[in-house]
Amino acid sequence: MNTTTAAHDHIVKSFDEEMSRLTGEIAAMGDLAVKQLESAMDALGKRDSKAAQRAADNDDALDAQERQISDDVLRLLALRQPMARDLREILAALRIASDIERIGDYAANVAKRSMTLNLSAPVPLVGSLPPMARMAGRLVHEAMRAYVAHDAEMAHAVWERDADLDTLYTTLFRELLTYMMEDPRSITACTHLLFIAKNIERIGDHATNIAENIWFVVRGEPLIEPRTKLDRTLET
Amino acid sequence: MMQEHSSQAMRRTATRTSGEPVAATAREQPVGAPSTKISVRELNFYYGKFHALKDISIDIPEKRVTAFIGPSGCGKSTLLRTFNRMFEIYPEQRAEGKIIVDGDNILDSRQDIARIRSRIGMIFQKPTPFPMSIYENIAFGIRLYERLPKSEMDARVEQCLRQAALWDEVKDKLHQSGTSLSGGQQQRLCIARGVAIRPEIILLDEPCSALDPISTARVEELLKELVRDYTVVIVTHNMQQAARASDCTAFMYMGELVEYGPTATIFTRPTKQQTEDYITGRFG
Repeated sequence: MNTTTAAHDHIVKSFDEEMSRLTGEIAAMGDLAVKQLESAMDALGKRDSKAAQRAADNDDALDAQERQISDDVLRLLALRQPMARDLREILAALRIASDIERIGDYAANVAKRSMTLNLSAPVPLVGSLPPMARMAGRLVHEAMRAYVAHDAEMAHAVWERDADLDTLYTTLFRELLTYMMEDPRSITACTHLLFIAKNIERIGDHATNIAENIWFVVRGEPLIEPRTKLDRTLET
Repeated sequence: MMQEHSSQAMRRTATRTSGEPVAATAREQPVGAPSTKISVRELNFYYGKFHALKDISIDIPEKRVTAFIGPSGCGKSTLLRTFNRMFEIYPEQRAEGKIIVDGDNILDSRQDIARIRSRIGMIFQKPTPFPMSIYENIAFGIRLYERLPKSEMDARVEQCLRQAALWDEVKDKLHQSGTSLSGGQQQRLCIARGVAIRPEIILLDEPCSALDPISTARVEELLKELVRDYTVVIVTHNMQQAARASDCTAFMYMGELVEYGPTATIFTRPTKQQTEDYITGRFG
């Protein structure tokens, strides 16, 4: 398969410009989603409800970016009639934008739940969340780097590393269960923490979706491999 | 699995190792696997000293639309024209290799050229109606091969015009000149004339390049009808047309067959960089 080699420029220059504009929009959207997660986690750590509200409100920006990308994709499909790699690229842009939009939703949800958590006493286990969120943020960041570089191998690495995030989630899930059993008064707070952890774990899943789309763009075939799925919470 | 198979087949063709040449075969045919109608083996073609086709091996499936695409001068029309030995009218042109249609090598000089051309019809870029009535345009060819009573001839003319999706537009003016029709209608008249002699294969060389989009759509729709009965091979500069109207697509460049496969695969994930560059408009 030769499709991994760098593509030449289009004869029609404006097509290249529109394609790179689309790539730029996706990259910017990905950066914003990572920042959103960081702001939400920052607000959670500082128990700062105002900052959490700002983070939740900022999600509108991501939604607007996704709409812009949908419009651009529609126009490219209608006016350029893309083929082969261009077609895969444009299709992937639409899917990736939708994944990033979901990541933004999860980040906003983390922010909203942190406001609820601030209504009760601090739970010590909150400390386990930041490493998880940092890992999820890195996965999204790496996926976006792979997207801009059209690097299928880098995307594949992201795809595999989601397993580590699943492991962290499973560990935290068990810790929270134990904690709740020991102190039933913490159940409300711990349940919110559990949802926050689940949101972060889902962000990792969307990063793997993005990785799969990058693979599809570069290689022209879906990424289908058995992957060790380490979310074992169903077995607990 | 299937895919693996084909890329191997294509590689074999490309590298041409020893032994019998293995042709590029388009797989993943819609509805079952059709049999091969035209089997080209190691075809080389020369315009005088110019080597226009280089070791082409390709299997054209029966009752499917196969499109040849590629930049100007890549050899796609040349290849099409070898299928009915059209080149023989020019003394400087010669073909070497085999083009097997139903077991017969049509390049074999013992083959009756008139019989070959009655089996293989051809439609050209510019509509070429004869300067006679619409009716006679069709009846003329039939009379070369068959002697039919008037009622049967009428029925046959109607059938051909219907097959070419032209009947409703011309049924009230069958005795007007064929040249009085619009460009799109003239092209469909030529297709009706082509199918009148009941060929097995219809070759179309840029049949829509002089037509407006509506007429083009009518011809493309017609192709879908024609493949029920005929094997269709079309040369087109319009990649969207190849994508819309064909089952298999062959991409040619500089006299070589670069890639050949199911149309959906060629236009979504071609395996060769040259194909990719051409169909995405990145050539040169």
